[in-house]
Amino acid sequence: MVIRALPPRRELLAILETVKDPEVPVLNVVELGIVRDVRSSDDGVTVVVTPTYSGCPAMHTIEADIVAALRARGIEHVRMQTVYAPAWTTDWLSAGAKEKLRAYGIAPPGSAPDDELVALTRRTPSPPCPYCGSVRTQLRSEFGSTACKSICYCSDCRQPFEAFKPL
Amino acid sequence: MTSSLDHTTRAAYVEYLLRLGDDRLVLGHRLSQWCGHAPILEEDIALANVALDLIGQATLLLGRAGAVEGAGRDADALAYFREAVDYRNALITELPKGDFALTMLRQLLFSTYALQQWTALQQSADADLAGIAAKAIKETRYHVRTSASWTIMLGDGTDESHRRAQRALDDLWRYTGELFLSDDVDRVVSAAGLGAPASAFESVWRAQVEDVLARATLRVPDAAWMQRGGRQGRHTEHLGHMLAEMQIVARSFPGASW
Repeated sequence: MVIRALPPRRELLAILETVKDPEVPVLNVVELGIVRDVRSSDDGVTVVVTPTYSGCPAMHTIEADIVAALRARGIEHVRMQTVYAPAWTTDWLSAGAKEKLRAYGIAPPGSAPDDELVALTRRTPSPPCPYCGSVRTQLRSEFGSTACKSICYCSDCRQPFEAFKPL
Repeated sequence: MTSSLDHTTRAAYVEYLLRLGDDRLVLGHRLSQWCGHAPILEEDIALANVALDLIGQATLLLGRAGAVEGAGRDADALAYFREAVDYRNALITELPKGDFALTMLRQLLFSTYALQQWTALQQSADADLAGIAAKAIKETRYHVRTSASWTIMLGDGTDESHRRAQRALDDLWRYTGELFLSDDVDRVVSAAGLGAPASAFESVWRAQVEDVLARATLRVPDAAWMQRGGRQGRHTEHLGHMLAEMQIVARSFPGASW
């Protein structure tokens, strides 16, 4: 019987970096911060994930994609573990990940609001236009095509665009 | 830590988690009924997003309730295989969606309540509930801002939007008292450090709501008889109809997956 050793953590992470977010396909699940940890033990690999939003409907697809990516590399026994703390935040996106978002046409998020006392009527300022860089933009709706995005409009290039919401 | 709970505390805590989860499941389902029917596309999308957040939070809370109960029921079993009398949501969450003004006013009243509730529950002795609270509060801030903005736009808008917003507020106000009632369940979970009594943040809630209503030029209704009963399973006739629609697929095809 041949026992093949499981790859080290660094290689496992490299495999997981090939799994893209189904809604934002320029980012992978590691740089998005959805994958929190990956561990190997005698009985296989455990991938620890956290959802971006409580009701994110993409999580099932993401988990299936992670299992498929590892299986394609010969790792049969994959266990998914979901954690909710610490809560996911857009502050985990690296500068490189934010630039990928902008180049894809989605305005990257600013810093996540950390104040517990939220001004009831205050709106987050709208981000610069990802197409022309103008700051003359307006927030049209704080809810967009997915839970993580809002809808904005650029007054200079007259384009509607999506923005990744700071969370 | 919940493995060491005595029988009374465990039973009260399961009941408490069902109240938290059912509020969000029922309101989330009501909001989802706007999908394809909202006045403009952006708001159709926004309401579906908020519904998704609430149903996601409900899944976590009901999952926790099932785990603490230890009787083998998961979130789906609790959502799809309980009758209306077993639901523990406050009555305000089960009222039909009404017009856009009623939906937004209810959202303001509930989201500001939920914001204070999540703030307190981040200190829960149950690390799982504290984690759910820390996650959900971020989503709830968006819900508060959206509903507060709409309340002001509608109240301080046209004659018709003002009239409808005031009517919605007048209809809903009598259902707000129930949110802050305390009973033995609240006392037991508060004493154990697991839950937070809503009565402790009623004055903060009222100040926040009145601030928005003043800017919306809406009049806070006079003190009225406050409706109650949802926490004990005594519901309006509306919940049964809603559950029939929500549960029929799961009950017709138990265990189905797709």
